[in-house]
Amino acid sequence: MAHAATHDHHDEHHGAPSNFFTRWFMSTNHKDIGTLYLVFSLLMFFIGGSFAMVIRAELFKPGMQLVQPYFFNEMTTMHALVMIFGAIMPAFVGLGNWMIPLMVGAPDMALPRMNNLSFWILPFAFALMLSTLFMPGGGPAGGWTMYPPLSLQSDSVAYVVFAIHLMGISSIMGAINIIATILNMRAPGMDLLKMPVFVWSWLITAFLLIAVMPVLAGAVTMLLTDKYFGTSFFNAAGGGDPVLYQHVFWFFGHPEVYIMILPAFGIISEIVPTFSRKPIFGYKAMVFAIAAIAFLSFIVWAHHMFAVGLPLGAEIFFMYATMLISVPTGIKVFNWVSTMWGGSLTFETPMLFAIAFIILFTIGGFSGLMLALVPADFQYHDTYFVVAHFHYVLVTGAAFAIMAATYYWLPKWTGRMYSEFWGKVHFWCSVVFVNVLFFPQHFLGLAGMPRRIPDYNVAFADFNMISSIGGFLFGASQLIFLGVIVHCAFFSKKKAADRVWEGARGLEWTVPSPAPHHTFALPPVIHDDELAHGHVDD
Amino acid sequence: MTSGGIRIKAWAAAACALFSSAVWANPQPGQLNMTRGVSEWSPEAYFLNNVALGVCTVIGVLVFGAMFVAMFRFRKSRGAVAEKWSHNTMLEVVWTTIPVIILIVLAWMSTGGLVSFADTTGSQMTVKVTGYQWKWRYDYVDYQGKAIDGVGFMSKLDEQSNETRQLDSGLDPKSVKVGDENTYLLNVDKPLVLPVDTKVRFVITAGDVIHSWWVPALGWKIDAIPGIVNAAWTNIKVPGTYRGQCAELCGQDHGFMPIVVKAVSKAEFAQWLAQQEAAGKAPAATPATPAAPAPASTAAAPASASTTAAPAAKTPGKQG
Repeated sequence: MAHAATHDHHDEHHGAPSNFFTRWFMSTNHKDIGTLYLVFSLLMFFIGGSFAMVIRAELFKPGMQLVQPYFFNEMTTMHALVMIFGAIMPAFVGLGNWMIPLMVGAPDMALPRMNNLSFWILPFAFALMLSTLFMPGGGPAGGWTMYPPLSLQSDSVAYVVFAIHLMGISSIMGAINIIATILNMRAPGMDLLKMPVFVWSWLITAFLLIAVMPVLAGAVTMLLTDKYFGTSFFNAAGGGDPVLYQHVFWFFGHPEVYIMILPAFGIISEIVPTFSRKPIFGYKAMVFAIAAIAFLSFIVWAHHMFAVGLPLGAEIFFMYATMLISVPTGIKVFNWVSTMWGGSLTFETPMLFAIAFIILFTIGGFSGLMLALVPADFQYHDTYFVVAHFHYVLVTGAAFAIMAATYYWLPKWTGRMYSEFWGKVHFWCSVVFVNVLFFPQHFLGLAGMPRRIPDYNVAFADFNMISSIGGFLFGASQLIFLGVIVHCAFFSKKKAADRVWEGARGLEWTVPSPAPHHTFALPPVIHDDELAHGHVDD
Repeated sequence: MTSGGIRIKAWAAAACALFSSAVWANPQPGQLNMTRGVSEWSPEAYFLNNVALGVCTVIGVLVFGAMFVAMFRFRKSRGAVAEKWSHNTMLEVVWTTIPVIILIVLAWMSTGGLVSFADTTGSQMTVKVTGYQWKWRYDYVDYQGKAIDGVGFMSKLDEQSNETRQLDSGLDPKSVKVGDENTYLLNVDKPLVLPVDTKVRFVITAGDVIHSWWVPALGWKIDAIPGIVNAAWTNIKVPGTYRGQCAELCGQDHGFMPIVVKAVSKAEFAQWLAQQEAAGKAPAATPATPAAPAPASTAAAPASASTTAAPAAKTPGKQG
């Protein structure tokens, strides 16, 4: 009986619902929900970017010209929260939603209704958080880390904490869904060690999310009770400890930065082999390296706290553990380069972004290694050197990987080719201006400019001006990105082939472009030569 | 008290100073690298920074070089045909082992400096630093084994910077100067005065939110946290005026919370300290006149009077 019912049910839903509201607001389809996530994250990318423009405009020259210092702090805080929780993470979830079922040969996500819920929580969470900017007391201004006691001076604690709880619930549901899909929904013959690296990277990321989002929820809940219910978790006068918050926060916060980069590693590991026309070098090493990085990410949190006055033993332990991360990360970089070596390279836009990722992310990794050395970190900590470091890993790392993925899979999503010319214009503008924007910030930090200051000594003027010019131009370049996507989705005449890229391997390239609303109603038969890594046995 | 490693590096610093006369005490326009600093310990951070930067540059040149060679040699447009191999165990072992060796060297270099930084014993002077939104309080605790009585003051952004930094002040930050040096946002009304060639121990805490006490020329920063007392030390080798800022987001005026350390010779310091002690005793003799300290120091005096009153108010509570 159940069998017959599914059959009837199945027949009704071959196409997408024609009603706009039903399709986009009530969807349980992984492709539509993936699209929703991606559109949402693009919107947040521009909102978070506009906050960054306010910051760079104020820092254009010494002296306060545009905004009050408190508003400047709101901008730095909101820029970070929106970019992390609104732009980067939902973009990866969107990519995961779209591609994981296609890559493992599953008809949909394992828990489609929860998938809908985990997306639709986000717009409400962000509406709540952004609304604080229009409230009498203003938005959060204590930095995205929300260190007490400073963050408790803000009037918007309750709103921000509630918004973060919602984002956390959304992330955890998304992670559960991804784990359930990968572990249960793979097509027969799709062994774990035949999965694309992108799927592996998301599987590991999802475990990180489940492990640490509750920790953040706990930390911010303690903030809430300190503020409104008279507890003293972090209040020294009541016997609490402000450093406790930092430990709890960074136990979340450090794995969080890997949540924002591991899927990027997966993306680059798909793109580089495709455009090198050569399987990825050392597939197993790549998977184990991601797992090793994920494990290490849990035991290095205090490297964000070298200047809080930790005991000597703790400083040394966290320094060594942090330095160790550069070993698996180095393996990944070396393997990407070896994948290119001996290949047959072409340089379409996704490949250009992937190559820029490898170089610029490595530069971010270098400054990360420098930051790990505690005696030097005493000088770098909380300066623009740190700002330069994490923007190299998050903008030219995570964001460039997302852009690379967008160009790579956009023809599969829309069934049409994007404009290669404008894609390349977008790439060259982005890669030039992002370096103009962030590279001088290394010098500012080394010369002694603290981060999160709205105004500075004239000695810092030149590099700040260069950085601001780079910032405005990098921001403007992203409008090209928007244009390319809109053109591809609605106006492009050029049809995409099923296997869009000559060297592309994997199940997602065996389905038509655009990917039909439902795929793999019957599990695909796996042919090893169709998979990116089907031949792993050495 | 300090490790041999530091002494060797101090010699190396002196050797470098012979060849490059630019001793950067304060940020310079166009400055590209960290300051070497002027304290016994600060070259540690500077050299570690340079070594790590050198290591990263070499690795970067090798890796990116290989990548660019691959990008030119193995282009499809040049007729390159993809090879079949996708694994080489030997290569993977090599590029795991070599980074580990490099890391061990870097770890060894960092650990020695860290151990000597953590050692605050044998100090000849103690200063208590307290962060407040948005000023610093300095209390001199002892000097050469003798307790110092009643020398302490608030230190906040100088008036000229403060006027200039107001939104739409119309004033030019470039005109805020002390001598030839631009001191916009890097000057205070009352600097912390310290003797050179003296191991000074700092005990650092905060009164409201978390701040961070940072003077780049001294080579470190450490957070000032309410309810916690952190310790650090410095031994300044070169007299001069060294400027820094709060380095932990502490509210709306976080960017306007500079730190100025004036390092003077021991003789000058003794003289200055005697003056301060005398000035500090004067109002103590006549506690009924709170106006007394006003002529001694200008802006900081009312603030310092109000905070010194706070512990005084506590003591009777404890007794009772």
